[in-house]
Amino acid sequence: MPEERYTKPKDRKKTLLRLSKYLIRHKWGLFFAAVLTVAGNLFALVGPYLSGRAIDAIGTTAGEVDFKSVFIYCVWIILFYIASSGLTYILSVVMINISQKIVYRMRRDMFDRLSGFPVGAFDVKQAGDIVSRMSYDIDTVNASLSNHLVQICASFITVIVSFVMMMVISPPLVLAFIVTIPVSVIITRYLTRKVRPYFRKRSGKLGEMNGFVEEVITGLKTIKVYHREKVITRRFDRKNTEAVDAYFNADYHGSMVGPCVNFVNNLALTLVSAVGAALFLFGQIMLGDLSAFVLYSRKFSGPINEMANILSELQSSMAAAERVFRLIDEPVESEDEPDAHALEDVKGVVEMKNICFGYGDGKTVINDLNLYVSAGSLVAIVGPTGAGKTTLVNLLMRFYDPQSGIITVDGHDIRKVTRSSLRRSFAMVLQETWLFEGSVYDNIAYGKPGASLEEVTEAAKAAGIHPYISSLPEGYSTILSEEGSNISKGQKQLLTIARAMLADTRMLILDEATSNVDTHTERFIQQAMRKLMRNKTCFVIAHRLSTIRNADTILVVKDGQIAEQGKHNELIEREGIYAGLYSAQFC
Amino acid sequence: MKKILHYLKPYISKMTFGLFIKCVGTVMDLSLPWVLAYLIDDVVPAKSLSGIIFWGVAMLVCSALALVFNVGANRMAARVARDMTENLRHDLFFKIASLSCKQVDEKTIPSLQSRLTSDTYNVHQMVGMMQRMGVRAPILLVGGIIITLTLEPTLTLVMAATIPFVALVVWYVSKKSIPMYTGLQSAIDGLVRTVRENISGARVIKALSKTEYEKNRFEDVNSNVVDHEKKAGYTMALTNPFMNLLLNLGLTLVIIAGAFLVNQGLTQPGRIIAFLSYFVIILNAMLMVTHMFVILSKAIASGRRIADVLDTPDDMTVVPAERRETEYHVVFDRVSFSYLGCQDDLSEISFSLKRGETLGIIGLTGSGKSTIINLLMRLYDADSGEILIDGRPVNSIKQKELHTMFGVVFQDDAIFADTLARNIDFGRRLPEEQIERAAELAQASPFIKSLEEGLEHNLTSRGSNLSGGQRQRVLISRALAAEPDILILDDSSSALDYKTDSLLRGAINHHFANTTSIVIAQRISSILHADHILVLKDGKQIGYGNHENLLKSCEMYASLYELGINN
Repeated sequence: MPEERYTKPKDRKKTLLRLSKYLIRHKWGLFFAAVLTVAGNLFALVGPYLSGRAIDAIGTTAGEVDFKSVFIYCVWIILFYIASSGLTYILSVVMINISQKIVYRMRRDMFDRLSGFPVGAFDVKQAGDIVSRMSYDIDTVNASLSNHLVQICASFITVIVSFVMMMVISPPLVLAFIVTIPVSVIITRYLTRKVRPYFRKRSGKLGEMNGFVEEVITGLKTIKVYHREKVITRRFDRKNTEAVDAYFNADYHGSMVGPCVNFVNNLALTLVSAVGAALFLFGQIMLGDLSAFVLYSRKFSGPINEMANILSELQSSMAAAERVFRLIDEPVESEDEPDAHALEDVKGVVEMKNICFGYGDGKTVINDLNLYVSAGSLVAIVGPTGAGKTTLVNLLMRFYDPQSGIITVDGHDIRKVTRSSLRRSFAMVLQETWLFEGSVYDNIAYGKPGASLEEVTEAAKAAGIHPYISSLPEGYSTILSEEGSNISKGQKQLLTIARAMLADTRMLILDEATSNVDTHTERFIQQAMRKLMRNKTCFVIAHRLSTIRNADTILVVKDGQIAEQGKHNELIEREGIYAGLYSAQFC
Repeated sequence: MKKILHYLKPYISKMTFGLFIKCVGTVMDLSLPWVLAYLIDDVVPAKSLSGIIFWGVAMLVCSALALVFNVGANRMAARVARDMTENLRHDLFFKIASLSCKQVDEKTIPSLQSRLTSDTYNVHQMVGMMQRMGVRAPILLVGGIIITLTLEPTLTLVMAATIPFVALVVWYVSKKSIPMYTGLQSAIDGLVRTVRENISGARVIKALSKTEYEKNRFEDVNSNVVDHEKKAGYTMALTNPFMNLLLNLGLTLVIIAGAFLVNQGLTQPGRIIAFLSYFVIILNAMLMVTHMFVILSKAIASGRRIADVLDTPDDMTVVPAERRETEYHVVFDRVSFSYLGCQDDLSEISFSLKRGETLGIIGLTGSGKSTIINLLMRLYDADSGEILIDGRPVNSIKQKELHTMFGVVFQDDAIFADTLARNIDFGRRLPEEQIERAAELAQASPFIKSLEEGLEHNLTSRGSNLSGGQRQRVLISRALAAEPDILILDDSSSALDYKTDSLLRGAINHHFANTTSIVIAQRISSILHADHILVLKDGKQIGYGNHENLLKSCEMYASLYELGINN
């Protein structure tokens, strides 16, 4: 996996802009939250004022306490605090709701993007890294949204109120105080700039580690059998050390912001006290005002301090958001043409004209291929490994587009029809069997939603997997574990064959479909397949020539070229590549 | 949680030192107002300019010290958190790598994955945060309470009356929320699983045009995570306002009680005012505590999930047993086994191989062929019967010794994102010639040589940049590289064309004459020449012998052979 560049200055404004787009969707909710924040904080500020009045009512002389007023004020205090607490709670709920909606949306956007990726994209991307973006990175963004926004909002109010009060008391002192603000701004800016790459690196390293873990856990059995647990743990340790070092750097530099800003605040306090004291000496200020000013300046610097901390947290969520957006920005399969129509009533006539194709690494895999397939015929594709057999299927299903040439189905250029209708017109059994966590029934019915149990059973019988399924304790309701790890590869393949059988299409692709099935089962499947293949256009890729002797057309692919083309007997007579392959089979 | 805390033990001295520094830093921070009060109350009225300068400088020194000490302490805290997480994760990873296949099946891969990454991260956050904030809050809290006690013990007691209620809220919320966070983590497991399935099944999903369906499926797991998170969030959000309310109720009580005290001439209103300002400090400290408490709850839930894996008992313990004299290298004696513990997946399997012999196993899909090798390598323990290697029961052989005997290729075996050479070597530090030789014998050399970087060619994860046949040849190279005692090939040449397959068979026969081999195949031609052939059907042994014998004695074998020839 190519190492992501962590230090490259990223367009932070863009990230912020995109984040705010998610926020703006909830502008009314956010407005409501802001109102709640203001109200809650003001209510809380009323409390001290009221308790001051209550204390005034107590008076200074024993035996002369105005109990009635004290009680009245106390009742008010309680009411205000109840209101303030209630508002705070409602605020939390509102913010949790908003942030969860945003997180939900971000995950969905990410997943939508993911399902639009060209199939080749997953060959180079590590699943673990994608998962890390979807869980850890989004979680980091979430934490920022639900906590920090409110904190920033509350801090602003306190800062403004304190500032106004300070101005009222003594403008010259504010001047002394204000001097330190640029210092604090400069320090914060300097630190956040320094901190940002560390946070970016933290996210990236965590993703890398996750990718490694994913890979290793999937191959655990192999590691065990070669007793490589220690070796692989050592390798993990390297990733782990990188990740925790990245944590450390981010934590350490991030946590520097707080004390630094605190220092500046203390500096301001010192300045204010010294200047204030001097002012008092020259009779410019009252002692009481000086202490009040100091109190407010403390109040003022408190939230600023807090904001500095939040700022460093925000850096980490910015880094996380960047990673999320970067995934969302990856190229996906091109959109269907605007005038694309759905492919209907497919007969199954396929034609390829002058196809040239390479996977973009400079190598040509298919060079000027021409092929005409009439409806209902069987095309077999054979050839040595790596000769480009799977590529034909990739083009046919439009997983990739050829660099030049056109492919038509029933005379329609496949670039002019919708992808989903094109793909739905094929049934497919692939070399890699894929099952998901769900019941046997769900797995077979996957290609045909709403299929009845009878239909599924029928397909399973046709694929020859019915007896096995019946022997399972829960039959068709048996839950297969992720990727079907609790059944053998041959059984998996039969299940995917049953899945293909159930989907009633006019075109069929079998890629190495029977290479993991024993000869007996293979023959059995072939019989069923022949039934299935009747009146269907079939593309069969197989190394075992036995599978394809009855093909209408056999394509022998070699080095990206159709080297030979014809029926079995013709090709044997020609004594070319096919004949060679065929005789090698029985050596 | 105890288990997790245990990991902090080596750092106790470091942490204590760090905490001490933090204490000093905090005290410096807190001493500023005190100096300030002294300056205003005593120095300024005395009209002494030099005094003002002196105390001003003192404040500067205090601020600078606070900065240095706090930064130093934070650095230490970050280092402790890093080291602790590193160790914890190392142990967890090693434990996961050592789990038996059965245990991995039970815990599931996505769950193990998220425990290793996001759960350890939660713990890391907690350890760092606790050290950074865990000092300030208690100092403020204890300090505040001590001062109020000296100031006005009666009123402090009134305020203290609210503390049991605060404790109750904390207890209740934590009791509720920790299981919620556990639930949240398993919801995340579900999300991870769906994403993984979609990545591995991208081709099928696209081919079947199920993208929309998968999107809906993802919506479900996504909503599930969101719901869990909301639920936990709502509960957690209760703490803050509730504590605020309770403490302020205490404050109101203090005012009322104060009113009575003043009325009886027992105290002055000035003292009540002072009391109230300290009270604000206590309140802030309490709020800090609740913040830590959120992180703590999350970390406890995660800690439990980690400990759950760490505490998994070792499955495959070694049972000492006597070595028996036998001429056979590998023996299966009436072995039966069931994965799920109900219906037997294998029953009464017996065979014996001399050193250097080859056993071919053939049978229908799902007849238990792979299970036999899983048992031989002790990935699972047999339910009954005995498996001997060189006269020693497999469960008496140390895992390390046992597992270095084999060269194996599984169906769907793992290829890692690394170079070809390192995939073949697989961390065994084999000499280069041996790797090259293995590649040569596995018929992988031609395609490796055609690559620009040769053996240094980088493979992608799962070997997705290789074709099926190339992948199998790399895997066979890996199995052959360490010159194993026992070679196991589980349907590992299915993607090879016949010519390569037969060349491979020839190479193995010729160069590994002393290696006992077990070959599982779908096709008779791959095992035709084996010394012994085992025919399996539904986990039962329905034929055992060599090719000629089986043709006569085993009807199924004969029919399989018939089929193979006709094809």
